[in-house]
Amino acid sequence: MSRITIHIGHFGSGKTEISLDKAMRLASAGEKVSLVDLDNVNPYFRSGEKRPELEALGIEVHTPTFEGSTVDVPSLPATIQRVFAQKDRRVIFDAGGDPTGAGVLGRYHRWLEEDDTQVLCVVNTLRPWTATVDDILWMMQEMSEHCRLPVTGMIHNTNLARETRAEHVVQGQRLVDEVSEKSGIPVVAIYGLESVLKALPEPFKAQYSALLTPLSLRMRPAWLDGTE
Amino acid sequence: MAKILMKGNEAIAEAAVQAGCRFFFGYPITPQNQIPEYMSRRLPQVGGCFLQAESEVSAINMVYGAAGSGARVMTSSSSPGISLKQEGISYIAGAQLPCVVINMVRGGPGLGSIQPAQSDYYQATRGGGHGDYRMVVLAPASIQEGVELVQEAFDIADTYRMPVMLLGDGMLGQMMEPVEFGTYTPREVPAKDWATVGTGGKRKPNIVNSLYMDPAELERMNLAMDATYEKIKKTEVKCEQYMTEDAELVLAAYGTTARIAKSAISIARKELGIKVGLIRPITLWPFPEAAFAQTAAQDSVKAFLSVEMSTGQMVDDVRLSVNGKKPVHFYGRAGGMIPTPRDIVAKIREILGGKA
Repeated sequence: MSRITIHIGHFGSGKTEISLDKAMRLASAGEKVSLVDLDNVNPYFRSGEKRPELEALGIEVHTPTFEGSTVDVPSLPATIQRVFAQKDRRVIFDAGGDPTGAGVLGRYHRWLEEDDTQVLCVVNTLRPWTATVDDILWMMQEMSEHCRLPVTGMIHNTNLARETRAEHVVQGQRLVDEVSEKSGIPVVAIYGLESVLKALPEPFKAQYSALLTPLSLRMRPAWLDGTE
Repeated sequence: MAKILMKGNEAIAEAAVQAGCRFFFGYPITPQNQIPEYMSRRLPQVGGCFLQAESEVSAINMVYGAAGSGARVMTSSSSPGISLKQEGISYIAGAQLPCVVINMVRGGPGLGSIQPAQSDYYQATRGGGHGDYRMVVLAPASIQEGVELVQEAFDIADTYRMPVMLLGDGMLGQMMEPVEFGTYTPREVPAKDWATVGTGGKRKPNIVNSLYMDPAELERMNLAMDATYEKIKKTEVKCEQYMTEDAELVLAAYGTTARIAKSAISIARKELGIKVGLIRPITLWPFPEAAFAQTAAQDSVKAFLSVEMSTGQMVDDVRLSVNGKKPVHFYGRAGGMIPTPRDIVAKIREILGGKA
């Protein structure tokens, strides 16, 4: 795994959940981790909301700031620059949820290009603008151009929140595999709730065993799904 | 049709398109920006027109124009932007034209915050602009319900020739849920023979106007509109009653807050053995007065508790409907803060005193 991982993808693809999950796993395994929330598109459900939990694990959290501002557009704190100097840290970037949001990364492309960086595009095929091969290719291309970095891998994360079933993942994988074939960009992980991954058909599990990664949802308030 | 995962804002925009909305005029404001963004990509695909106006004032007057020519038209905004639209909404009401207005409410007053709130209840249900008018106000509690209510909003607007508001909040606009389209059965709506679409030299021109220099004529129009509102109070009231049959305490909550209230009910019943129920108004105007009056008459019910993301607005309508039969309490968070199920449970325990 590269020192710097950037998650891009349309909003609803699951970038933030995956970024939190990855940061927390790495930190729990003893790595020094920084998480940079670059999302200037979504006003709600942002990784910065989990700052106390993240800091408790020793993760350095950098989030856009609203302070000292008279508009509701966040600004980027200068402290983000620090992650390019701290070579002993693993860094995870959680970018904004569309080409415009990915554009914020362009600000850092000089340092990102020099470093050991991977750009992973998170895809949920059950979202309106990423439900077909052409739409996914278009979205990935747009985001790549906006952030001035090539996409190096895809994360398949087809989901319907807590209503996700194994068949959704299987159907989504067909699309993502086709995108991968057409673009030459490899699929590097398949994320899913543990219960969903368990329910996948055996041949699928065998074929993709190296990619399957269980995900715990941290951003959804319990009352949304009636689980409290 | 299979389910897809959508943000509330996107789903509401798509539902409008499916209801035949072909014109959208708006101006950006958080937390509803995904509605115009979605419309800007989607409407051209169906031969419609998306236009980002130079201001909310322009947007609502474009809605006035499109509505006058009989089109299905929508605008959306969030609290400060909806305040700017009030003059136009009053004119649309005065000209008796159908349109749909979405308000994804954020904390106020003034520019307030960008987090969810329910502090525009008064503005929505009392007619936020000047003059004697009402709007039907629909308050979905889930994205699926929002999808169905937006489609119904267009039918209600066309049936009664009036603006209909869908009152959500930032949370409903921003959260993601699986949704399904094609679940709503459209109503039969009257033909728009009043629309200004050209006479073809075959009839008298239709006139769209809200100015009446003769007070007697304006009064006749006011009374006719009032008769429509009275009819709507009889025919369009919608609410959900949840576990009220045996309830000792009945919560009143709408939209997002009703979701949190249901979690509180489950905790109160399971952990504390307190029988709590909920009346969830789906139409905020007309208000489900009868449901509250009937529940107030129920022997098991000791008190009501209105839970809102405001300092107390809907609680007035709950009090009017309960009409002094039982005490009505209030619990609210404001400014963009969201109550938790545990906060509500604590308030329930406080009201019921020593019990539990």
